[in-house]
Amino acid sequence: MAKTDVKVLGAWPSSFVLRPRIALNLKSVEYEFLEEDFGSKSPLLLQSNPVYKKMPVLIHLDKPICESLIIVQYIDEVWASGPSLLPSDPYDQALARFWAAYIDDKWFPSVRGIALPQGEEAEAELMVQVFEGLALLEDAFDKCGQGKAFFGGDKVGYVDIALGSFLGLLRVAEKMNNVKLLDEAKTPKLVGWAERFCSHDAVKEVMPETDKLVEFAKMLRARFKAPAS
Amino acid sequence: MAHEEVKLFGMWSSPFVRIVEVALKIKGVQYEYIEEDLQNKSSLLLKYNPVYKKVPVLLHNGKPIAESLVIVEYIDETWKDNPILPQDSFERAQARFWAKLIDDKCMPSLWRVFRSKDNEQEKATEEALENLKILENELTDKRFFGGETIGLVDIAAKITVYWVQVAQEVAGVGIISSQNFPVLFKWIDDLLSCNVLKETMPPKDKLAAFFRTHSKASK
Repeated sequence: MAKTDVKVLGAWPSSFVLRPRIALNLKSVEYEFLEEDFGSKSPLLLQSNPVYKKMPVLIHLDKPICESLIIVQYIDEVWASGPSLLPSDPYDQALARFWAAYIDDKWFPSVRGIALPQGEEAEAELMVQVFEGLALLEDAFDKCGQGKAFFGGDKVGYVDIALGSFLGLLRVAEKMNNVKLLDEAKTPKLVGWAERFCSHDAVKEVMPETDKLVEFAKMLRARFKAPAS
Repeated sequence: MAHEEVKLFGMWSSPFVRIVEVALKIKGVQYEYIEEDLQNKSSLLLKYNPVYKKVPVLLHNGKPIAESLVIVEYIDETWKDNPILPQDSFERAQARFWAKLIDDKCMPSLWRVFRSKDNEQEKATEEALENLKILENELTDKRFFGGETIGLVDIAAKITVYWVQVAQEVAGVGIISSQNFPVLFKWIDDLLSCNVLKETMPPKDKLAAFFRTHSKASK
């Protein structure tokens, strides 16, 4: 397949954009990364994602697919010969979908809230929510992965991608607030998992460096009084 | 009962529960329905959905699944007859996208309209109308979103519109009419001609009475 058959529209700081990139790497699929300029949306983005006007967008054979987790499922199905990202058992699949949805719908807003905060009071509450979420995910880790290296078992899977893509943001939140969120004392399994995830070949080349992300976050904070939605 | 044990924990006025019920009916799955009193949640519900403590929850051979869209995908994977999601990967991605739009954007924005007043309601109405416009623009004159038979997006969209029709009358706020959303409106007529949907929807007057009773209550 020619490299230009598969394109990812995105930007390096975005956690969501990491997801299709990791998925494509896991499947050993070559793709063209079309970097969006910060602060402006390219005509291609607006055309490919008219509903949300957001990244990432996967363009495969000129057809756009939007929403990061939907893209990951698409990648899993299209390149079925590569290692599978979702479990084959329907119940395990449901568990994986449940936790990925939890991460996005419930947990991520709290993390973003403390990485790019609005006000001190809200932050304390958000911090509690982040820790509660991590405790739940620590618990879910063994349920999903059956005590193995990843949520996906022996290999990186759907939930690993969903949660792992936020590790950069989590580290930003830690640095900005001078607090340890991923703590061996509280969530040892997640700490071990995070190290394994970040050092995985499919991840390390695309995961942005924490320092660069912190600089970017500081720039965002300075630029906007309230965080961008 | 056969070797399969399927239970659905629900609450009769929840559109999310109905979405799951319709999926089970399309597949011809026998299930036991357990009505929950959300003011007084059962210990079973809390056990099976500790994270959200909400309905619907599907229990299959003792294993619980929560979150309506997750449940519907599970149903589609487990019982292969009458697929609810398209087979083609791109079409599947589209179906998931639209189902998520309805779930994440349309439903919550519509609910905000009916739960708010004055300025807040005006703002909420604007947002809800925008979201519905997106949906309306995507629909065509096709009978079903995905093709020849009823699928996930049809189920989610039609149930949403049915609920909105009742809620808007109770709230006295017009959202969907044949003038502003001709395609969505027409879909509702089609919905009632689809047996499995028709028999699963609660009667409009019962739902209206429920909304009236609960409109004063917060949340």
